[in-house]
Amino acid sequence: MFKKILIANRGEIAVRILRALREMGISAVAVYSDVDRAALHVRLAAEAYGIGPAPSRESYLSIEKIIKAAKSARCDAIHPGYGFLAENAAFARACKEADIKFIGPSAEAMERLGSKTAARQLAREAGVPTVPGTLEPLRSSEEALIAARNAGFPVVLKAIAGGGGKGMRAVEHEADLHAAFRDASSEALNAFGDGRLFLEKYLARPRHIEIQVLGDEHGNMVYVGERECSVQRRHQKVIEEAPSPVMTPELRSAMGEAAVKLARSGGYTNAGTMEFLVDASRKFFFLEMNTRLQVEHPVTEMVTSLDLVKLQIRIAAGEKLALRQEDVVLNGHAIECRVYAEDSDNNFLPSPGTITQYRAAGGPGIRVDDGVYSGWTVPNEYDPMLGKVIAWGKDRSEAIARLRGAVAETRASGIKTNLGLFAKILTTDDFIRGDVYTRWLDDFLARNDEPVLRSSGSSKLSLEAKVALIAAALRYESQHGPEKEMAGNSRQTASKWKLDGRMDQLKREPRGTR
Amino acid sequence: MKLAIQLGSATHTLELSRVEHKVQGTIDGVAVEADCVEIAPGIYSVLIEGHSFEASVEPFGEDLRITIGGRELAVQVRDPRKWHRNHSASASSEVRQNVLAPMPGRVVRVLVALGETVKVGQGIAVVEAMKMQNEVRSPKAGKVERLLVKEGRPVNTGETIAVVA
Repeated sequence: MFKKILIANRGEIAVRILRALREMGISAVAVYSDVDRAALHVRLAAEAYGIGPAPSRESYLSIEKIIKAAKSARCDAIHPGYGFLAENAAFARACKEADIKFIGPSAEAMERLGSKTAARQLAREAGVPTVPGTLEPLRSSEEALIAARNAGFPVVLKAIAGGGGKGMRAVEHEADLHAAFRDASSEALNAFGDGRLFLEKYLARPRHIEIQVLGDEHGNMVYVGERECSVQRRHQKVIEEAPSPVMTPELRSAMGEAAVKLARSGGYTNAGTMEFLVDASRKFFFLEMNTRLQVEHPVTEMVTSLDLVKLQIRIAAGEKLALRQEDVVLNGHAIECRVYAEDSDNNFLPSPGTITQYRAAGGPGIRVDDGVYSGWTVPNEYDPMLGKVIAWGKDRSEAIARLRGAVAETRASGIKTNLGLFAKILTTDDFIRGDVYTRWLDDFLARNDEPVLRSSGSSKLSLEAKVALIAAALRYESQHGPEKEMAGNSRQTASKWKLDGRMDQLKREPRGTR
Repeated sequence: MKLAIQLGSATHTLELSRVEHKVQGTIDGVAVEADCVEIAPGIYSVLIEGHSFEASVEPFGEDLRITIGGRELAVQVRDPRKWHRNHSASASSEVRQNVLAPMPGRVVRVLVALGETVKVGQGIAVVEAMKMQNEVRSPKAGKVERLLVKEGRPVNTGETIAVVA
């Protein structure tokens, strides 16, 4: 087993990995950029090394600096976490050359399965279903029509250079295809200077369901259940859960076996995730593979009682997977909320800054993976994720109830967070029924952008509104108020706040006499 | 004390007095009673009609932002004591508005020049925070009277970026 491991990351995931290392009796080495000197992962580590200025490119993304730190600290392995260098094949190679074990797949497997187009090609060869359509740009609307007939209507035309819905058209009937092709192409040309289009089968309300796989370096591989990640804002996951509310044992084994088959065909080892879209008739289509540990790995850990980080380390150390497929048993339900420093009431503007007060949630079934503390200044330079609040329950409704409580208990003052968004989602009928799809949250936000200040069905002010007004008055008074003049006054006990009648009289007194 | 506080689109009149942490008085003429403890600067534990709330109040420019149960509400407080004194000033503030930074970050682009005429919603500057770029827009039509930021400079929440008159 390894003696000392460098964690090439920051934030909650660095803390998560550090905890696994501590349990295993392995010394944890942290790295940090200038603005992360006082970060939680540095405070908790056994050793810590500065690797340069705040911009990631000059610190957490610098292969050279991280390898140098690992060598000088005599580390025998590096855990990359997620993001930064986790899916960088050049980094995996650099580790190998430096004779330091990279905790993850080989650089070659990463290249074969990490690239979207290469992985889809591999999936087709392995007989794993992908979203029907073209991978190559279409040259004309006639060519589009042939491709659309092959895929089956409805289809969606997408700009090769696309993004943000520009140059995108859903087409239901053959008759509309020519016009849609012309419009989407010219829109794409205007928006991106590139009018080329490709075509995919249109999935009306697809779910995002992913399969976690684990493979050792001796040819053993298992799937450890799925995670449903359909609650997304602009393609960014917000809430994840395991198991999926629509999963059946048959679908799970079909998807699991497809994921293992594809991972094997790419020579994959260690932990990885196959992402699929699942349509209303429970047909699944391979989307892409993430060749690393996922942000949402805790929900799998909570329902399988496995520790994915420790397993990653054991696999990298060359141990055999002591887990057969039939040993993977799911117990209960787990749901995770990603807490971001972003203002969910104000267009999701990022909100870096000092956390004046922080209190994490607790209680039965609650797990908090975070990387912050009271007084910590969330830097401006990195991803706004503060941490994750995860609830486990014996069933889905208990998990939701616990998570609702945990979200209400979590406090992070001084900065804005998206906790309020979770309070809303977790009480919404669609979510409670598990009736969601990948664009559900975007639709939900578009429907609900007006806050409700009055109690429903009455013109009376809600209690919440009253509290807001009173709190505003108290704050205003403590900043602008006359307490200073009133302090020591014999009538202080009657009221610290002046009554209107006394106002003029007091105004004549010189300010700041006390 | 008497205050007019705007919450959402409505303005409410508050007349409150406080003894220790007992707050009593009226909101829009309706009696109200609450028990309020400031547990940290700007964070109040409020017990009202048997319910317990925690409200965090933070300044944003001249307004206040209040977070209750994870939900944020923006309020504007007007103090009748200052009405007559500030009346002329507030009249001119209607035609002159500060464009404020909605978040801390770095100004990556200034989109207008001093003296330029801008429309409602026109971009004034682009502020970058946490790898996301956000355009700060003018709340009113008018002329850029003052421009207080430079490209590359950091700004704080509520800091004035420009004055449009």
